[in-house]
Amino acid sequence: MSETDEVLLSVRNLYVEFSTDDGLVSAVNDLSYDLKRGKTLAIVGESGSGKSVSSMALMGLVAGMNAKVSGEVYFDGQQLVGADPESVRKLRGDRMAMIFQDPLSSLHPFFRIGDQLVEAVQVHHDIDKKQAQVRVKAMLERVGIPDVDQRMNEYPHQLSGGMRQRVMIGMSLINNPELLIADEPTTALDVTVQAQILELLKDLQKEFGTAIILITHDLGVVADMADEVVVMYGGSAVEHAPVREIFYEPAMPYTWGLIASIPQISAKHAHLDPIPGNPPSLINLPSGCVFAPRCTFKHLVSDGLCENERPQLLPVSPEHTSRCHLTQNQRTDIRRERLIGRQK
Amino acid sequence: MLMVFMLTILSIVTFLLFNAVPTDPARLTCGKTCSPATIEANRIRLGLDQPLISQYLEWIKGIFAGRTYGSGTATFNCDAPCLGYSFRNGEQVTDMILTSLPVTIYLAIGAFVLWMVGGISTGIYAARKKGKWQDRAIMGATLVGYSLPVFFIGILMLIFVVVRWNILPYPSYVGPNVDTLQFLQTMILPWISLAILYAAYYTRLTRSQMLDTMSEDYIRTARAKGLPEKTVLRKHALRAGLTPIVTSAGLDLAGLLGGAVITEYIFGLPGLGRLAIGAVTEYDLPTITATTLVAATFIIVANIVVDLLYAAIDPRVRLQ
Repeated sequence: MSETDEVLLSVRNLYVEFSTDDGLVSAVNDLSYDLKRGKTLAIVGESGSGKSVSSMALMGLVAGMNAKVSGEVYFDGQQLVGADPESVRKLRGDRMAMIFQDPLSSLHPFFRIGDQLVEAVQVHHDIDKKQAQVRVKAMLERVGIPDVDQRMNEYPHQLSGGMRQRVMIGMSLINNPELLIADEPTTALDVTVQAQILELLKDLQKEFGTAIILITHDLGVVADMADEVVVMYGGSAVEHAPVREIFYEPAMPYTWGLIASIPQISAKHAHLDPIPGNPPSLINLPSGCVFAPRCTFKHLVSDGLCENERPQLLPVSPEHTSRCHLTQNQRTDIRRERLIGRQK
Repeated sequence: MLMVFMLTILSIVTFLLFNAVPTDPARLTCGKTCSPATIEANRIRLGLDQPLISQYLEWIKGIFAGRTYGSGTATFNCDAPCLGYSFRNGEQVTDMILTSLPVTIYLAIGAFVLWMVGGISTGIYAARKKGKWQDRAIMGATLVGYSLPVFFIGILMLIFVVVRWNILPYPSYVGPNVDTLQFLQTMILPWISLAILYAAYYTRLTRSQMLDTMSEDYIRTARAKGLPEKTVLRKHALRAGLTPIVTSAGLDLAGLLGGAVITEYIFGLPGLGRLAIGAVTEYDLPTITATTLVAATFIIVANIVVDLLYAAIDPRVRLQ
């Protein structure tokens, strides 16, 4: 299948800056990645790491927020940065769609479920309401809404959290988009419902061949869903690798911290290892490594390199890049010593 | 149910107002040359010799079933809804109110339509142009409009439009059925002066409501669906920000229906507000009580209507 290897979305040197009263906020700094059709890319990071903003930017949803977007975003060959907003609007909801963290606040509280989906169909297709309703009904049935006829006439507050997220998913996929951006789709849901929603997303992805950008801070979700992972910190990608390598051979201290923060029942040491300190302010970023102030390994690097020079995103292995001044041997030693990743 | 309760309380309070005035109501029924005998006769005719509670019940009965004043040969009927008899004007209060109410209704509704259309559309426009010069200009203008008292705008317009420039004849109220052109010529200035004041407020309210809802998640969803910005604003954002606007609108309209005192005075409109002020200056107690009751009833009814509209706008408010 050559079609599955085709690159659908190509992000090159994406920058997003917001001008605020306190100064210029560099929310996304030189982000690049490719996403192939039908594949899932997870973007992982803490709040404020730029993972949501970068995705909103490529959907053209940061306009009007005093944002300055630069770089290149090719969606099926079409450059989106700096493109006519009207042409990007026509892609939104049709060929690229988005679902959000909190389905209750993301659905309009005053409109019926059915009408909200019908509207999504009719923006992009010149069909009458009856025909649109037929499509909506089929989609809602597909995403597992019971009693669809009745539910279509209900309002978001009358549905449970899981049902609402199913509705959101149905709404985003109703025009059969090639790209779905799922921004923390399960964070606001109960654990049992989370699993159902993830299953549903995987099924629908297989069925429709949708490529997914999954934004999350939950590494469990990443392990379950992703083909590739971008770890973001302070607006930049600090590590980018196939999902197995992220878990088995993570290559830089921030990723190690993330993995060490996962609670494990069989853990040999009973306490969690949180990453010390707080995420950086995105105003006037430090000139050195963004993670340096919180890094517990920077003393291993000589000459204060970590504080003074921004590390480049360099290959660790053919499909794996990371941004760190530690040498390959130092990283292997630390992983062995700290029991991070796969033990050989 | 609540409405009936509120109206009962309201009627008691307004009725007590009648008796709280530091004069004798019977003394007020005739002029300075009144003999004590006439006063006593009038006291009995009006039932003012009765205990307070029977006076109140009689008054309420008058509103619903009509009442008969006096006894023997000197009786006269006051049909329901009887709000009392004004000795000052030698007229039944109900008739006086029925004459002035339409004037106030025309004034209030006309101004209401003007300010709602003007205020909301300007507010949406300002929200769309947030931070740009259009927005700043509108906000500055509304601040001026909002700060100017209606008597200032009203008199200014009278001086220029009528006296200096002779664009319109001097306002003299006639009913719309009598002479439509003269009616409109009379009403246009009061409509505008009232509307300027309220439109300024509704522009600011609409703008801030729109900006509030624009940051909601469901607006982001609407954009993510690929809806044109116009639809996002007019359908999704406005609908969600409508509730406080409807509340204010209902209460403001009701307040005006109770009498736009200053505007009616400036433009010589024989409406409820002027009736009330006239009654106050003349110590015409039954009229004061009646106009107060009517104005307060409007407010209560408006509250109920606003509640019903809430449910129509916001499905979360509807009873399950």
